[in-house]
Amino acid sequence: MMSQEKLREIKENARPLLDERLKVEDKTEVRDGNIVLKGDYYKKQVRIALRNCEIILPESIEEYIALDGYSALGKMLFEMTPEDVVNTMIESNLRGRGGAGFPAGRKWLEAFKYDADQKYIICNADEGDPGAYMDRSILEGDPHSVLEGMAIAGYAIGANQGFIYVRAEYPLAVKRLQAAIKQAKEYGVLGNNIFGTDFSFDIELRLGAGAFVCGEGTALMESIEGKRGMPRVKIHRTAHRGLWQKPTVINNVETLANIPVIFQRGAKWFRGIGTEKSPGTKVFALVGKVKESGLVEVPMGTSLREIVFDIGGGVADGKAAKAVQTGGPSGGCIPVELFDTPVDFESLAKIGSIMGSGGMVVMDETDCMVDIARFFLEFSVDESCGKCVPCREGTKRMLELLEKITGGNGEEEDIARMESLAVTISTGSLCGLGQTAPNPVTSTLHYFRDEYEAHIRDKTCPAGHCQALLEYYITEDCIGCTKCARSCPVSCISGKVKERHVIDTDACIKCGNCMEVCPVGAVILR
Amino acid sequence: MEFKFDMEKNKDKVEEFRVFIDENRDRPGVLMPVLQEAQGKFGFLPEPVLELISQDLRIPLADIYGVATFYSQFTFIPKGEHNISVCLGTACYVKGAEKVLAEIEKVLGIKSGGTTPDLKFSITPTRCIGACGLAPVVNIDDDIHGKLKVEDIKGIIDKYR
Repeated sequence: MMSQEKLREIKENARPLLDERLKVEDKTEVRDGNIVLKGDYYKKQVRIALRNCEIILPESIEEYIALDGYSALGKMLFEMTPEDVVNTMIESNLRGRGGAGFPAGRKWLEAFKYDADQKYIICNADEGDPGAYMDRSILEGDPHSVLEGMAIAGYAIGANQGFIYVRAEYPLAVKRLQAAIKQAKEYGVLGNNIFGTDFSFDIELRLGAGAFVCGEGTALMESIEGKRGMPRVKIHRTAHRGLWQKPTVINNVETLANIPVIFQRGAKWFRGIGTEKSPGTKVFALVGKVKESGLVEVPMGTSLREIVFDIGGGVADGKAAKAVQTGGPSGGCIPVELFDTPVDFESLAKIGSIMGSGGMVVMDETDCMVDIARFFLEFSVDESCGKCVPCREGTKRMLELLEKITGGNGEEEDIARMESLAVTISTGSLCGLGQTAPNPVTSTLHYFRDEYEAHIRDKTCPAGHCQALLEYYITEDCIGCTKCARSCPVSCISGKVKERHVIDTDACIKCGNCMEVCPVGAVILR
Repeated sequence: MEFKFDMEKNKDKVEEFRVFIDENRDRPGVLMPVLQEAQGKFGFLPEPVLELISQDLRIPLADIYGVATFYSQFTFIPKGEHNISVCLGTACYVKGAEKVLAEIEKVLGIKSGGTTPDLKFSITPTRCIGACGLAPVVNIDDDIHGKLKVEDIKGIIDKYR
């Protein structure tokens, strides 16, 4: 059976072994008493949720314990009442890292106060935003921090059963979690009578099956119950009637990974990081056209510029930055002029985007904003569950309008049509997916209206991306080899041997053959 | 294309599957794990297997069909021997995943979501697999191929023939 002494003993034995291994690997250093990863990429970061990732071996519970793992859980079981735990969470003001930013402590309080024979904790690991992989990295790199966070939450609200709903697209995360749960039970930090107390807590894994909407809390619960994952009409709070109509708290992976540290170091310490309204740090997946892509954890309130330029090294291939997309299909595109915006829940909402789960896709001058909006709408159309008509039909109509515009057939009225549809979709949908589905369109319309107008009025794509609006053109680099003329299926290229060739753009079907066969790269799109 | 499923030929697997249902029948919300087990075992959800689940768990076939069609990972046609998942997440998209997918379709002569008639390859368009640092990414079975260029595609697929 696990006890606090035994935990200390395991820690004392495991720590020197861990230090020894890290010394050999030489990729870490000690900063302010914490082991951190070496290198410029990590210098400006403050890693709390990712504190152990790439440092400890994810398969080893001893290494997690070596860095104070499970000590918070052990201590609170003896020294704190569930009410104290809830109060500490409220004091820390940790806000949900899944996107909406609802204070975790308030969720806990609601579930704590509600009397029931059975309560549940759910870890939402259905990370579906394209371009975001923070949760995956935590589950794969430090699964025990999530398990400990869940057990703490369970003790706080009086739940003895937890579920982790994880995407089936993350097979390694599933494997690591299974192994971690097994180990934690063997060590007596999960299962029956944890640390010899009368608190018992078990965790079961449930796999998703490729439905984005299941990241929404009520849809997720429907899915665990074995039904179609469609959001519920929100008559009751999840904290009162959630999974199988029992009080339930759903927290996101990153939120849970923060919890053990908050209890080790105190709510006050946590509030000292980040901003007043958004304490702590946030993990971002910095991807797209950035030089150094990867996971970045910074205090809330850090500016986009610092993240993209100081940490990410700016845009790759010497191109100019154009925008950053945050919040996935629910978020918006933030133009480079607003890169000094501090990243926290309020500031991002103010400029028409959202924090979201933390995807940050950098775009350069060759990315067409109308096409990006089209890409996200296509996603929302596919993933709309079909329950609310404005979302099911509205997103489809909106996508058709965007396809019409990128296809070169846009009309002046289409912009007004989309703006009107956007209001209908967001006010007429039950869940976050529908309510936020128009955001990629409204934010790009707001900041990049001139691009829409160029597509519609001038029939050009300023970024040079939309195929239908581009023409193939042969530059003076042409050596007159005649390869293009011979490969053209509609014979619209003329020219003599060893002389520059010309494409008849009216007859051209834009198959791209000429560009492919040209030995000197003289065929371009413009 | 029609793909037939022979219960007799798959007798052993079906028997193992029955045992799985039996061991898990009391778990609340068991339908999803059962469908996932079936898909894992048989590679797809054959009609006779769905009927078996319906009778065994006393869940109407219509309900099972409703759940199975809701989630994109469940399929009613078999996957090929090698499954090619093309990530269509945002990071991959801005780095040219569309062109990579078009090239794979061209090389195999089937559309995304299809299986080659010889049951050798399937193409599955996939949501973000969280390997955004390697964009654009294609998974063939369990191998990750990252930072792909259109020119590389044919050579990579040929390795699996």
